[in-house]
Amino acid sequence: MASAVRDLELDLDAFEGPFDLLLTLVLKEQLEPAEIDIAAIVVAFVEHLTATDRIDLDACGEFLVLVAALLEIKARQLFPDEGAELAELEPEEAAEELARRLAEYRRMKEAAGWLRERLAEERDRYFRLGPAPLAPRAERRLAAQDPTLLAAALAGLAEPPPKVSLSHMALRFPPVAQFLERFRAVLRRRSVFDFDGEVAGLSRVEQAVAFLALLELRKSGEVALAQAAPFAPIRVTRPEKERIPQWTVRSA
Amino acid sequence: MDRPLRLISRDSIAESPIDSLARTLEGLLVVASQPLTVEQLADATEDDVERIETALGLLAERYREGRSGIVLERVAGGYAFRAARVAAEACSRLFERPVERGLSQAALETLAIVAYTGPVSRPEIARIRGVAADSTVASLVERGLIAEAGREAGPGGAVRYRATPLFERVFALDSLAELPRLDDLGADAEELRERLLEVAGARAS
Repeated sequence: MASAVRDLELDLDAFEGPFDLLLTLVLKEQLEPAEIDIAAIVVAFVEHLTATDRIDLDACGEFLVLVAALLEIKARQLFPDEGAELAELEPEEAAEELARRLAEYRRMKEAAGWLRERLAEERDRYFRLGPAPLAPRAERRLAAQDPTLLAAALAGLAEPPPKVSLSHMALRFPPVAQFLERFRAVLRRRSVFDFDGEVAGLSRVEQAVAFLALLELRKSGEVALAQAAPFAPIRVTRPEKERIPQWTVRSA
Repeated sequence: MDRPLRLISRDSIAESPIDSLARTLEGLLVVASQPLTVEQLADATEDDVERIETALGLLAERYREGRSGIVLERVAGGYAFRAARVAAEACSRLFERPVERGLSQAALETLAIVAYTGPVSRPEIARIRGVAADSTVASLVERGLIAEAGREAGPGGAVRYRATPLFERVFALDSLAELPRLDDLGADAEELRERLLEVAGARAS
């Protein structure tokens, strides 16, 4: 009689056919276990049992094993995180929790039944259906306006704003050209000089301008630069014409 | 036949202001595709709520089952016109009912869960029903019976759903508070457990 279980005809939301086929489809992963209403399978089996006079223990045993396996597959899929939580419960607590959940579901099933009845009662209420109407934006009501006040407000806007003084932002520094001349003059007197020594005592801004001048001179090939190490004094010399290409290659 | 309709009596000499307000409300309600609240009607007519309610009373008397083919009903927190029940059969031949047609048991259960416990997320619905709820929820959203209502707290929280005014309208409810209390429906946990034990005892003996 074991085949009584496998041939059990099922009529579920997600599946219609014998239990055997359902199991096959689940194992082949062609049916989502989450979509299967296992309670309905149990109900179908219990109905099947009550239809026969005597209880077939073999069939019951097989059914229990199969449905438990199915339940486990489904539970794992539905509640991956809840396994640990439920495992910690004592058997009595687990039974309590199960009863609570069953009761909750049962109430919702009853509520669904009420909705179905309500729908049947209200079947003959026809009404216009449409998308939400465009809510007319309430026009903003303004208090009585005085044109002269408006003109005064506009006149205020039309007035040019006071000039903002930028005097505090002016940076005073000498032109680059001054340093160009100065370095050229030095190089006419001496063949080599230290940049740091030459600008010592100048302000920070002046030193920066002097450095720009130095770069200008280097660019135009009027000087050659050498530095032993980063932050070491920069040595400025007259360029040796044949060495310039070499220097350029190295710096590139 | 081309006498103008009069709400109170054809013989009233001077039309009362409330009568004129009632006509305006009538016009608003016939244009609306959704129930209009008293506040909306008051805004549109620039009149006060109390007078709106009085005028709605006049309209409700005029548009009631047995007297008119159009019925004024209080539903989903507002007022709306619908066809009288005598017209239902004819309506059914001409008009589709896409919202509630073919609602499955699964859909009704999901709808019940959302209506009673909403805002509620899909994982929560799946936990109560013991079946994945994704496709059912999607179909109810498409019908317009439920709608998204925020997310669960915390980063990446699941979308939560609630029943819509259309749900209230289809089920002829003024508000969700009109749903029957859950305690009045079905057995409570204790009773259920006892029955489980009874069944187990009967099987064992």
